[in-house]
Amino acid sequence: MSLLTVSGLTKRFGGVVANRDISFTVRPGELVGVIGPNGAGKSTLFDVITGFARPDSGTVHVDGHDVTRLRPDQICRLGVARTFQKLRPFHGMTTLENVMIGAFGRTNDVNAARRAAWEALERVGLGDRADAHARGLSTGQRKRLELARALATGPRLLLLDEVTGGVDPGAIPGLIALVRELHARGLALVVIEHNMGVIMDIAQRVVALQLGEVIADAPPADIMRDQRVIDAYLGEAWRV
Amino acid sequence: MGFVYALVAAGLSLIFGLMELVNFAHGEFLMIAMYVAFFGWSLGGIDPVLGAPLGAVALAALGWATYHGVIRHILSGPMLAQIFATFGLAVFLRNMAHFVWGVDFRTVQDPWLSGRVSLGGVFVGLPQISASVAAFGAFLALYLFLSRTETGLALTATAQDRQAASLMGIDTERMFALGWAIGGACVGVAGALVAMFFYIYPDVGGTFALLAYVTVALGGFGNVPGTLAAGVVVGLVEALAGLLIPPAFKYSVVFLLYLAVVLWRPQGLFGRF
Amino acid sequence: MKRALAAIVVLAVLAFPLVFARPFPRHVMIMIFLYGALATAWNVLAGYCGQISLGHAVYFGIGAYTSTLLIREAALTPWLGMPAGAALAVLVSQVIGYPVFRLRGHYFAIATIGVGEIVQTLFINWDWAGGARGLFVPIKRPDSLLNLQFHESKAVYYYIALGLLALALGVTHWLERSRRGYVFRAIREDQDAAASVGVHVAREKHVAIAVSAALTALGGTFWAQYVLFIDPESVFPLSLSILISLVAVLGGVGSLWGPVLGAAILVPLSEGTRVLLGGTGKALDLVIYGALIMLIAVFQPSGVIGLARRFRRDRRQATGAAQASSA
Repeated sequence: MSLLTVSGLTKRFGGVVANRDISFTVRPGELVGVIGPNGAGKSTLFDVITGFARPDSGTVHVDGHDVTRLRPDQICRLGVARTFQKLRPFHGMTTLENVMIGAFGRTNDVNAARRAAWEALERVGLGDRADAHARGLSTGQRKRLELARALATGPRLLLLDEVTGGVDPGAIPGLIALVRELHARGLALVVIEHNMGVIMDIAQRVVALQLGEVIADAPPADIMRDQRVIDAYLGEAWRV
Repeated sequence: MGFVYALVAAGLSLIFGLMELVNFAHGEFLMIAMYVAFFGWSLGGIDPVLGAPLGAVALAALGWATYHGVIRHILSGPMLAQIFATFGLAVFLRNMAHFVWGVDFRTVQDPWLSGRVSLGGVFVGLPQISASVAAFGAFLALYLFLSRTETGLALTATAQDRQAASLMGIDTERMFALGWAIGGACVGVAGALVAMFFYIYPDVGGTFALLAYVTVALGGFGNVPGTLAAGVVVGLVEALAGLLIPPAFKYSVVFLLYLAVVLWRPQGLFGRF
Repeated sequence: MKRALAAIVVLAVLAFPLVFARPFPRHVMIMIFLYGALATAWNVLAGYCGQISLGHAVYFGIGAYTSTLLIREAALTPWLGMPAGAALAVLVSQVIGYPVFRLRGHYFAIATIGVGEIVQTLFINWDWAGGARGLFVPIKRPDSLLNLQFHESKAVYYYIALGLLALALGVTHWLERSRRGYVFRAIREDQDAAASVGVHVAREKHVAIAVSAALTALGGTFWAQYVLFIDPESVFPLSLSILISLVAVLGGVGSLWGPVLGAAILVPLSEGTRVLLGGTGKALDLVIYGALIMLIAVFQPSGVIGLARRFRRDRRQATGAAQASSA
């Protein structure tokens, strides 16, 4: 049985169709990549799945529950956590406090939340920056912080909006390794990623979007050969 | 009255659209414009109708000065600072008016336009009608300026995307200052028009400002044609409410309308605020 | 050292009425406590949770009117009127919160102003509740704690106001250290991000405004018993809402002691100018007041507390640097 089922999802903003009739599934423990050019509707898709935007039609099921009309916090409590493309840490709070907010989804006890937050920080390799203010972190560290905050909610499915985007190249391999490790521990992930090399390397399956529609849903090796994907996304230069 | 509200609100909306900041001193700007018109009349013998350009120039200067003196420093500051900076300005201006001009109610006596005319059986004061017409004209001028001239388009572009505009070589600093000047000019014209038939006193801005906020919020922040429509709606609702229920409650009805709109059409989680 | 200092301050505050028997210094202190308590209450919603309300006079007025009307209609002691007013304020805050919490930032602030104006208009036109003329709290003699009226001496008012402030600070302190304190701050920083990690944003905001409204209403009842006359002009005006928030902003929002500090600075200042300049200077002191608000907002938005923190940090860095260079 699938963990996440998206079926027939359509989302319009005024006259613009951001998502058109999108369907795909994610099985427990699976790592699915989402690719597509800018404006293909990737982030909108995440917003709709996590309850930040209401779809015009279609449904989203998590583990058999219909979550289409639920609020973001309710969906989070069902085990779906996300990060944002434009990073959104709580700037005025310390790294540890940021992650504690995630942990409060599972416990009301401040000390328990603090312990859980420590654990999550250690897992993403930010243990030594626990008392730093979020605004003092580098982009790579902030990505890790958002990851830790999402992990602290105890998700079964993690939606990552751009793992390597905007990160200094030296920090990329570390982040990739982190994503792999989370996956290896059994977490299901949906990853939006611009870096084709990265996504083809880590994903078990790739969903390609163009102009709001799914144009391919296949293992990376097949995606690389899919004519529509090549035309739409990889462009002329790829074929030569 | 709707057109006048729209004109008052237009300045507010423009400033908001530009930099996502509400000018809480907007009512006080209007109050000062009314005094400018009043003194133009009492000292210089200029009728308020002709005093409108005077008000526009004076308030444009005030808007420009406000931007450079206060607003520029708090643009990147916390929202609390933004609210209190303009609020402080409001308190300052209002009480300065108390201090300098006293609490007396003043009126412009015998303006050129006076008396009443019958409009389909309803008697309406001539000053009110001419104010509406003039306000509509000023509004039209503003709209044409924003949509037809190069500077106006640059202003609109800045409102839509500050970064993109500055990448295209638009001097956003100058646009902000210009926005404040134009916002001031709108309220300057409106103030002179209102001075024809409204008492002039230091606290007069409060009511107008609150209505202006409602108008702007109803019309969609930063949306100039929407502001005109909303101004008319607010004017109508106010007039109707004044007829149907005790006049004391007419402003409450306008606020309730605002809250109702908020309930029906909240801007949504990712709405542009 | 720090503890000894705190003990001295507490003792000084407690002993103040014994040393100063004249009404005026006691009055100033009472006002500091009252505004400190009101600003602390406001701080829960605005400072921690980030919802800048400019309509808190609504809850203050509800507190004042509820207890006063209960005395008139049911001869109920204000000690029961106080919680009744607080309960009503909580109820009203929940109703108000429903629409206004859908708004953010400036829109929220404007909507709260609008609600405040509506409520004031309602009370001005509500004849049963005294209308525009207001209500006198029925005078009861002799002075008694039960009636919460003291005509002979302000000493008891002093301790009650102090108690209110202590309650407000206690609640804030407790919130600050509990789950809610963290969650409120997260909502202030970014409510969407908070929702994405499981925070029920609307519910938390409703909790914040409930606590804030209840504490504010207690202050309203106290005020009614202190001046024994209330009218819509004095308990519901926008200027009161602004003053409450200004006290907090001046001292420093989002910190436990900021609002008290703000009250300790602003109240003597305004009482002083009021007495010194009298009726003639009314506008002038407000001119200064307006200029002050602007200056704080432009140059020190984090308030006096922020200034103190910066100063302490600078000094620490300076000593740190000195140690480093000597080592």
